[in-house]
Parts: sequence; structure tokens; C-alpha cells
Amino acid sequence: MHAAASAHIDYLLHLADNAVVLGQRNAEWCGHGPILEEDIAMSNISLDLVGQARLLYQHVAALKNDGSTEDSLAYFRHAGEFRNYTLLELPHHQALVGYAVDNRDYAVTIVRNFLYSALMALLWEQLQQSTDAQLAAIAAKSLKEVRYHLRHSHDWLVRFGDGTDESHQRAQAALNQLMPYTQEFWTVSAFETQAAKDGVGVDVTGLRNDWHTLVQNALAQATLQMPSSDGFVTTGKHGVHSEHLSFLLDEMQSLARAHPEGVW
Amino acid sequence: MATLTSAPSTQAVWDALDVLTDPEIPVVTLREMGILRDVHVEGNAVEVVITPTYSGCPAMEQIHDDIVSTVKALGVAVRVTTQLAPAWTTDWMTPHARDKLREYGIAPPALCSHAAPSANGSSSIVLQFASKAVARDVVACPRCNSHDTTETSHFGSTACKSLYKCLSCMEPFDYFKPY
Repeated sequence: MHAAASAHIDYLLHLADNAVVLGQRNAEWCGHGPILEEDIAMSNISLDLVGQARLLYQHVAALKNDGSTEDSLAYFRHAGEFRNYTLLELPHHQALVGYAVDNRDYAVTIVRNFLYSALMALLWEQLQQSTDAQLAAIAAKSLKEVRYHLRHSHDWLVRFGDGTDESHQRAQAALNQLMPYTQEFWTVSAFETQAAKDGVGVDVTGLRNDWHTLVQNALAQATLQMPSSDGFVTTGKHGVHSEHLSFLLDEMQSLARAHPEGVW
Repeated sequence: MATLTSAPSTQAVWDALDVLTDPEIPVVTLREMGILRDVHVEGNAVEVVITPTYSGCPAMEQIHDDIVSTVKALGVAVRVTTQLAPAWTTDWMTPHARDKLREYGIAPPALCSHAAPSANGSSSIVLQFASKAVARDVVACPRCNSHDTTETSHFGSTACKSLYKCLSCMEPFDYFKPY
């Protein structure tokens, strides 16, 4: 495939995979939320994210025109083909905790949603000017939705940070754990550079100052400290993931793979 | 299936579709919600253009099926096309639909043309929005019309609604969020 066309597809898959992986991860709270209202909130946020992913996968399938469908793209690619940020596939628990549902920590969920929603509010806004008209249309819808996600996670971040000693400590620990993963946002890949050059995508580094201001202001309000974000830069968008993505996909894809021709 | 000798008029298709209601909120029609965008009659085939509300709204499949069966009953072939741009907005809801929502117990959405960042806005608008994230719409209670209401949860029974409570009459109610 031509370099520009291939970068275009990879860029759309990156956006779609981000949405579907976080949507699937957050859906783990469905029926298990800390309180009923949050159970419903997280399910609704997941629904928006999965909806955004569907629109993007449908668009990729139409562009590829090779028999791909939204389902084949979501359910029949393996972890190495997913281009989501590593941040979004991590379990809902603090660092160095075993992979057990008992250890899910809502502070991790909220901090991740906040860091990602802050980026996407800025990114979707710019993508409304994409030369890919369908992507611009998807961006206009997604922007409306992500504003509510940002508002929700921002409120809870402040409530946790400026709450009890324990909620403050857990929110700070989640920030310390997750902030280094945001380096991947700003470490631009070849397909992002090409997509930005073609006007399909956005030069994400141009959003960094605004993102930093947004996060800094929220943390100040939440009485939380901005942690350092250095060390290893994750490579999820290149298809090199943490061990957690395969487990997540296994669960998400199992039904479609067990019954590949199944319909409702 | 019955086949008409002549194609129905565009108006006849609109009239037939006018009875279809939102599967989640059965007091308002798809047309009043702004989901039905256009009807084209070409020969003996009809194209109905719809626009989705929230990206992940599960009612869209039902809406699609309802339209197909309604138009097929007119004896013509039908194709439903989904159009994303311009993005659906609650501002398209008719005044009549807003009244019906209120009577049904759902506070209708505030106009977002006043509050939401514009389509060509700069990132400073997003920053502004985030810094005002705790500011809430003033929502009148659909039962007693008091403005002394408070949000209990951003997200309600469906993606498009949040939960409110009236501090005057103590009624809990849904608020249709501006989109």
C-alpha cells in the first residue's frame, strides 16, 4: 500500500483501538461499580467509546475495501496489530498488585479517564478540520461526548484529591503510576507524522502545552502534585504492548471467535 | 408483499414515518428528535437519511429496523443511510418535543449553541470548559418548575440523560443533556 494510504489507515486504527480498548476496560465496572451512579456512568462512557470505535472501524473497512468489516477489525486482529496507547490497556489497579478483580481501584480508573479525556477533548476538536471528511464528522460527534467524560473524571479527580486522606493518597498513587505512560502521547510515530503532513491527522505535539495546562489546573484544584513523567516510553501504538492487552482482547474477542458466523 | 403501481410521494413517506417514536423515549417522534434528516423517492425506491444521536446509542438499530418495516409497508424498497455530518444536536429538538418531554417528566435540554464550544473553536475553549467543569446548567424541575435543582449524577438511565433532584418538591428526575 502507498505510504500515505497506509498511514491514513494506521492513524484511524490508532484512534479506534484507543476507544475500543478503554471502552472494554471500563466496561469491567458494569455491575461492579463502587456506587450505582458510577456503575451507570462508567457503562455509559464505555458505550460512547465503543460507539466511536465502531464509526472509525466502519470507516477503515470502507477505505480498505478488502472485505474487512467493523467486526473483523475489532475481533479478528491480534494484540500485535492493535495501535492503542499502552496506558489504556492497563488493569484498574495500582502498580505491583496481582491481576485480581478484587484489587480494582477506582482512583486508577478516574485518573486514566482524566488524562485520556483531556487529550481527546483537544485532539477531537482539531480533527474536525481533518481533510478526511468522515473522520472530521466522527470528531464532531466524539467531541460532544468526550466533554462529558472529561467533566466526569475532572469532578471525581477533585473529589478524590481534595477528599479524605485515603482518597487523596490513592489518587496521588494512581497519578504517579500512570503519568509516565502519557509520554507515549507525545512520542510521535511515523504514521502520525505522515497523517499530520497529509492533513488527515493532527500534530499531537502542538496540543502538549494546552494538555499540560489543563492537567496542571485540575491537579491544583485537587491538591495533588504533578508527578514526574520520565523513564521508559511505552510503545502500544507501534503494536508492542504490555502483557495486559492479550488478556483483555481474549475476553473481548472470545465470543466472536467461537462463533465466527454467528448473528443475532 | 403488496406492490404499488406508482411510487409514494415524498410527503406520504414522511407521513408514514411520522408515527415512529424514539424507542427509549416513546413520547417524542424520530422527526421531532431530529433523527430523521431526509427522504428521497427515486422511482419505486425510497432512501431515508438518519443521523445517530450518541455514537454508541443502542436504540439506533431499533430505529433503523422500525423505519425499514414502516416504509416497506408502503410497498416500496427502502434504504436507510446514516449521515454523521452535521452532527446531531439537541438544539434540533422542536419546541413541541421539549414540551412533551417535560410533561413526561424529563427536563428538556438547554440550548448548546449558548454553552458548547463552536465547531471551529480553538483549544482555549476546551481549556475554558475544563476550568468551568463544575458549572452546571440551570435546570427547571419538570414537576413544579422550580429552579432550585441539583445534579445527582452526570449519567442516567441512558447516555443522553443525567440525574437531577428538585430541592423544592424533592422530585428526582432525568435531564436530557445538551449535545
